[in-house]
Amino acid sequence: MFTETAIKELEETKTRYPDSKAALLPALYIAQKEFGWLGTEAYEVISTTLGIPKATVRGVGTFYSMFKHKPMGRNLIRICTNVSCMLLGSEKVVNFLRHKYGLEDGFTTPDNRFSLVIMECIGACAMGPAMLVNDDLYGNLTEKTIEEIFSQYR
Amino acid sequence: METFLLKDIDNPNSTNINFYINNQGGYQSLQKALSMAPADVIDMARKANLRGRGGVGFSAGMKWYFCSLNKEVSPKYLIANADEGEPGTFKDRAILEKRPHLLIEGMIIAGYSFGAEYGYIYLRGEYPKAKEILNKAIKEAYSKGYLGDNILGKGIRFHITVHQGAGAYICGEASTLLESLEGRRGHPRIPYYRLANVGAWGKPTIVNNIETLSNMPLIIKIGPEEYTKIGPSNSPGPKLYSISGHVNKPGLYELSMGTTLQELIYTHAGGIKGNKKLKAVIPGGISTAVLPPDKIDCAMDFDSMKKAGSWLGTGAVIVMDETTCMVRVLWRELKFYEHESCGKCVPCREGSGWLRNIVERIENGEGRGDDIELIPDIIDNIRDKTFCPLADGIVTSVESTLSHFKNEFEDHIKNKECRVVNA
Repeated sequence: MFTETAIKELEETKTRYPDSKAALLPALYIAQKEFGWLGTEAYEVISTTLGIPKATVRGVGTFYSMFKHKPMGRNLIRICTNVSCMLLGSEKVVNFLRHKYGLEDGFTTPDNRFSLVIMECIGACAMGPAMLVNDDLYGNLTEKTIEEIFSQYR
Repeated sequence: METFLLKDIDNPNSTNINFYINNQGGYQSLQKALSMAPADVIDMARKANLRGRGGVGFSAGMKWYFCSLNKEVSPKYLIANADEGEPGTFKDRAILEKRPHLLIEGMIIAGYSFGAEYGYIYLRGEYPKAKEILNKAIKEAYSKGYLGDNILGKGIRFHITVHQGAGAYICGEASTLLESLEGRRGHPRIPYYRLANVGAWGKPTIVNNIETLSNMPLIIKIGPEEYTKIGPSNSPGPKLYSISGHVNKPGLYELSMGTTLQELIYTHAGGIKGNKKLKAVIPGGISTAVLPPDKIDCAMDFDSMKKAGSWLGTGAVIVMDETTCMVRVLWRELKFYEHESCGKCVPCREGSGWLRNIVERIENGEGRGDDIELIPDIIDNIRDKTFCPLADGIVTSVESTLSHFKNEFEDHIKNKECRVVNA
């Protein structure tokens, strides 16, 4: 079930569109915040609240790459490996994350501290290689700066 | 050159409405526009030759004019396309995060011109900070009476909502964006109707790029005559260029339209890192044709870039030095297309994967003798056989890379390894 705050947020969101079905993407975001990830329970709640078939909700949810379809760690690392970042060494950074932290694309560390998702362009091309840790953007990554940045996320 | 779009972006108050009004003359263009007839506002955009900054370069004024012809239909919608996903591009981010009121003012003016009552900012999911900033700015604009049911007491209605995307490149395409806005998977629509007639929820809809809309306050302020003096008259105005890759000073530069690639790279971006030689430039995001070094004296505007054999695209310049392996770059581009193809059209969905597979094995030293002949064959099965322009990006990337750097592909196959030093 959604908490009262989430229901309120969703009801308010619905009023912003001529058709409440348009609130599906916002609802998926709200559900992801509520449940931490999108699973059967999240899809069922959205389906009932918005009156959209569960299969459609799931179909939309799985289309977009920023939704999580399994439980993930406390901190989500999204690293860009597209052309601009690649030219500046993002492959080295990905290798470093693999060797130092055991992180692979889509994996979570056993202590549940970090999950890694390899992304397409995150619009930080002038400061490549770049990554998002949760909502915070970091650029010009090197092995040293990564260790410093990670120490802030427990 | 005096900056307009990026004015005062280093000032910590740049997102504040009072700063925008008191220090930058903000919302004065809106007041001026609202004192004009809507048709005159459209006329100004047409006379100023304001062309869409998303890449196509279609006249914004013409779009609004088409939409304004739907007099009996309401409501109409204005969508600000902030799904800036073209790799290499980070121009709209600066406006969204540093100058939200410039965009909001531009949206209200554009909406007024063709009679839109509702505006949506379709914001890419990768910009979470921009969402907070925009929502705060929208709230401020409501409290000052610039948004609402009776804007500045003139009986004009315009509302803005931020709609957050969730990581799909394809949603930057206008009809796909509308699908996503309506709460569906990001699949393009059949281009049977003009969106200006049948768009969001079946109503007349205009989708404009963030930078395009943000030019409107300037056009109203200085007038079309002065505006067309900035850059070449057939595609005038200030332009944001995002420069990344092997340059000394990568970043975002506001210059006049028509600045040459040469000047951009060597004067503004400080030249190639470590004094290395230039090997290739992608001028407008990865779906535009890659150019060899002897083509960089061309002007960056819609028409000149076309003549040079590429596109202005989003003005996202990716610079590659001599240590770059072009096979690897193409492989990375194809991996991107394969991931971002929405899956609706078979030629794009299957073709991107096939091509990635072939280029991957060439890069890994496992290329086969006839691989280079196989590629154009697959390309022919993709070209013009899809609903939306994503597949055109695949065709352009592959063909331009092969036409300028075919020898690198041949070397990879002959030597059974990548001999280019990759940084």
